[in-house]
Amino acid sequence: MSADLQLTPVEHAKAASNLLRGTIAPGLLLPTTGALTESDTHLLKFHGSYQQDDRDLREERRLQKLEPAYSFMIRTRLPGGVCTPQQWLALDAIAQRYANNSLRLTTRQAFQFHGVVKRELKTTMAAINASLIDTIAACGDVNRNVLASANPVQSALHAQVYHWARKLSEHLLPKTRAYHEIWLDGARYTGTDEAEPIYGPTYLPRKFKAAVVVPPENDVDVFAHDLGFIAILSASSGSSTPQLAGFNVSIGGGLGVTHGEAATYPRLADVIGFITPDRLLQVAEAVVTTQRDLGDRTNRKHARLKYTIDTHGLPAVVAEITRRLGQPLDAARPFQFTSTGDRFGWTRGHDGREHLTLRIPSGRISDRPAAPWLTGLREIAKIHQGDFRLTPNQNLIIAGIDAAQRTAIETLVERYALDLHRHATPMRLDSLACVALPTCPLAMAEAERYLPTLMDRIEERLGKYGLRDAPLLVRITGCPNGCARPYLAEIALIGKAPGRYNLHLGGDAAGRRLNVLAAENLDEPALLAVLDPMFSAYSTERLNNERFGDFLLRTERVKTASHD
Amino acid sequence: MGFGGNLQRMSLPSLANAPAMLLDQPRHQLLERLTEGLDAAALNWLSGYAAGLAAQLSPHGGASTATSTTSTTFAPTAERVEHAQRATILFASQTGNGRRLAERLARNLESQGIAARAVATADYATRELAQERLLYVIASTHGDGDPPDDARAFNDYLFSRRAPRLDRLSFSVLALGDSSYPKFCEIGRRFDAQFAALGGRRLGACVECDVDYEKAAAAWLQTAAESARSELHAPRLAIVTTLRTPSALATREQPFEAELLVAQQVTARGAEKRVTHLELAAPAQRLNYEPGDAVGIWHDNPPECVARVAQLLNLNLDERIGFEGRERTLGQWLTREREITRLIRPFVATQALRAQNAELNALLLAENAAALRAVLKDWQLADLLKRYPSHWTADALVAALPVLTPRLYSIASSRREVGDELHLTVAAIDYRFSDEPRYGAASRYLNALVPGSLLRAYIEPNQRFRVPSDDQRNVIMIGPGTGVAPFRGFVQERVARGASGQNWLFFGGRHLQSDFLYQAEWLDAQRRGQLQRLDVAFSRDQQQKIYVQDRLREHGADVYRWLADGAYLYVCGDAARMAPDVHAALRDVVATHGDRSPEAAEAYLAELATERRYLRDVY
Repeated sequence: MSADLQLTPVEHAKAASNLLRGTIAPGLLLPTTGALTESDTHLLKFHGSYQQDDRDLREERRLQKLEPAYSFMIRTRLPGGVCTPQQWLALDAIAQRYANNSLRLTTRQAFQFHGVVKRELKTTMAAINASLIDTIAACGDVNRNVLASANPVQSALHAQVYHWARKLSEHLLPKTRAYHEIWLDGARYTGTDEAEPIYGPTYLPRKFKAAVVVPPENDVDVFAHDLGFIAILSASSGSSTPQLAGFNVSIGGGLGVTHGEAATYPRLADVIGFITPDRLLQVAEAVVTTQRDLGDRTNRKHARLKYTIDTHGLPAVVAEITRRLGQPLDAARPFQFTSTGDRFGWTRGHDGREHLTLRIPSGRISDRPAAPWLTGLREIAKIHQGDFRLTPNQNLIIAGIDAAQRTAIETLVERYALDLHRHATPMRLDSLACVALPTCPLAMAEAERYLPTLMDRIEERLGKYGLRDAPLLVRITGCPNGCARPYLAEIALIGKAPGRYNLHLGGDAAGRRLNVLAAENLDEPALLAVLDPMFSAYSTERLNNERFGDFLLRTERVKTASHD
Repeated sequence: MGFGGNLQRMSLPSLANAPAMLLDQPRHQLLERLTEGLDAAALNWLSGYAAGLAAQLSPHGGASTATSTTSTTFAPTAERVEHAQRATILFASQTGNGRRLAERLARNLESQGIAARAVATADYATRELAQERLLYVIASTHGDGDPPDDARAFNDYLFSRRAPRLDRLSFSVLALGDSSYPKFCEIGRRFDAQFAALGGRRLGACVECDVDYEKAAAAWLQTAAESARSELHAPRLAIVTTLRTPSALATREQPFEAELLVAQQVTARGAEKRVTHLELAAPAQRLNYEPGDAVGIWHDNPPECVARVAQLLNLNLDERIGFEGRERTLGQWLTREREITRLIRPFVATQALRAQNAELNALLLAENAAALRAVLKDWQLADLLKRYPSHWTADALVAALPVLTPRLYSIASSRREVGDELHLTVAAIDYRFSDEPRYGAASRYLNALVPGSLLRAYIEPNQRFRVPSDDQRNVIMIGPGTGVAPFRGFVQERVARGASGQNWLFFGGRHLQSDFLYQAEWLDAQRRGQLQRLDVAFSRDQQQKIYVQDRLREHGADVYRWLADGAYLYVCGDAARMAPDVHAALRDVVATHGDRSPEAAEAYLAELATERRYLRDVY
């Protein structure tokens, strides 16, 4: 009973929700407000949507005696970020009709729609489903969209990895019929045997993120996830294309932090062993149910798997997982990561097909002056025969282009100014920003909207020292929750207040090392004042091909990252 | 005194003017406390009561010599009030003009020592009609020859078989109307004819007034006062008048300069209409009001409209013009004294005489009434002068233009909630006409004011539109758009009074996100259990348009049940379309859920109106 009393309100909302139904359906029909009730907003996340409000207008509307300008963000579930041109056109039409004429590609390889109003939420969800893409479990305390390396060059391998990402995503889907009832006019379930065999009635204590990666590229930042599968290739047996032997399993990554709470921290995942592909689903289920049963449901800031591991100890958690499997994991196999970025521009796959990776800053696709990208990609989707792949770095790959169509697509890319990858500096190509203001309720400072200015400022400084073309991994988020994976960047700005950021420095460029807090609460001039002398020193003292993050550590300009 | 209600709130006479020996200081103060805030009915009753007491005292010489000597001086007045013949002034008023004129006549008569009462037709006990000797009637015509809402019952009675013979009655009718409608002054004409048909004797021909009624009405008032004097053989002295001094309460003629405290837009960006919430400093002794009352605001005309008129007529705004004993510059006349943003038919007719333009002449023909109405709706003075040029001198223009009328706004607050403040809700009127921006003069003026500005305001009471005196009654409030304003005051009032009855609001607008007026307050009230039901219709948020009347039908079963349980029903807002649509929906609701024929449902609503449970403030 006393333990019950300590459960978080979200736990109570889940428990009382009748498997995620709550009062969402009647709430959608209530015409006096653009919002849902607070407990329904928790449940709504499991259906793939967040209630937000335009924070730029919040104070203005308070004075106008109006409620905040509520709207909804909808996130798709799109394992591995792969969609067809037909699906692209359907989602594009939805963006035009219901969602501010904009599509956003996320760091979880999904689409996000912003600005959908409540009275059109159901219609929008139904339209997304009609495109054979759903939004189930895209948010909420469940396994979210499963990432997979986007690299299409190793075509056969990518197909296998994508296959497992899909299987994993589907295996961990909630089984409740609430989604179909609420959004798709499914018949109301009246039976008594509806259940969640994996999750149970209160699902997980917190969000759960999984990724499948193909070394040596670590575009998914696998160590930032609760659960990771690192593809291990079999020693080539004469064949020129490598075969998938299995996966190293990693657990306990997670980046979310709360400012001023030392008990919260980013954590890199631990590799706990190797499995053959046929055990992937079984292992995933064992990890998920272990977290379901051992995770902390009394404090949402201490509920991710990383804290469960640190509370119980890694050996104890691994023992529990293997107990559930009934069989231990094999010893982990060696692997190596070299980068986290995307390969921009044209590449040719092992199967002879061509791929074009486009740079989409912050993943935002809309029609802006001199950048009519929404229209441009619509035109490309109309003729493209292959598929589209969203990268974990918010970029877009037009994949599987028939050699005969290369010119036509290249022409459209130029016509609609989608060729940023040709002239942007390496820093601009690799940068990441979360959405932040004005829609994200958690944001404390700007991110996406500030990124272009920040790039200009940093580029000016780099230019001063002849470093304009030096690779540099910069990430910015509006809050410490880590959506753009800032704790793994060489330079990260983490929002504290409007115009003020914590500066983190010293990550590597392959997602293997956390950066460290270098200075707090800096405004732009202070930020640049810290970076400027570092750039100066880097320009003269760096070793051959030494990355900025490594340089900072070697020269002890920042102290080695450490955490417990 | 068997009447109450729609009498003008009398101001406190200054007691300093009472002969010093009459009351000692403590009694002076007691009297002050006793009479503070009483309305005319109560004060009249009180004077009668005191007179009665005096009558008991004097004959037996019970009082001290000092006071009895003095009291004899005052006795005749009391005697007169009780026994002398009395003039009744009946008014059927839609916008308050009729009421104001009636009260003016009553004051005028009283000042001459003639007992007079001004009564709204709705408050008039029709059985008294047979006893009346001297009756003045001021009747407005509404819409297409209809009586004002609160005169329907009187109208029905007068034309029914129950109407008495009026052979001993002398009467005179002042008809108010708008000549741009085909049935101009219809109600006044009908009343006049019917009083005569029932045997009454006309004191003079029925006088018909157009929108610029002031001059014709003043003449009628003058004649009426004279006729009353001769009919009732009035005494020369009137004590009542000597006691009465200028009121501290603001009046239309003597408005209070109220400070603007807050001006806040309450529609969001992107709204098609800008609505502003204004808060005024309103000391109770100057601007006393009840929820349901309106506030009258004297505005300045927009400077560019004034300049445009002067430019079109080649007149100098600095020229000094004397008219009716007052002298000021043309600019001042046009800014503060004359209507230049609203046209009325009589002025258009005057302009036609000057312009000698065939098109304009044709516009005034009866068969072109609809076209004329469209012109009157959208055109301003400058448009007319530009399209049909003519010569005007400044003097002639000032004499011909209608007198500026203050604009009325429903009060959106309750004193119990806001103390010495008065809130109002102003929709900006702006539109394009022949590709030029056009503004409503008053809303433009109000929207340009910044906090700290002073604006001339007075209270226009609306006794017909009040929360139930019985706090246990439920209320249904239907107020789309700025029609919601008085209901903000109603809910504040009922909450402050701890009323146990439930509140149900119907609101309508175009878009939820931009024009749900006072949304945050309504949602708060709902959460706190102060607003039990809230139903809204946003017409442009979906394919087919939804209006409040659709919501009424949707919730018809509950609406009917509330009415059957004694709920009060209020409608406020647009008179042209919303009010009839809502009325039709209510009739359907009563017919459907009360199992009545359409006619019986109509009768049910009429009965509600008679019981004063179906109340409308529409404009």
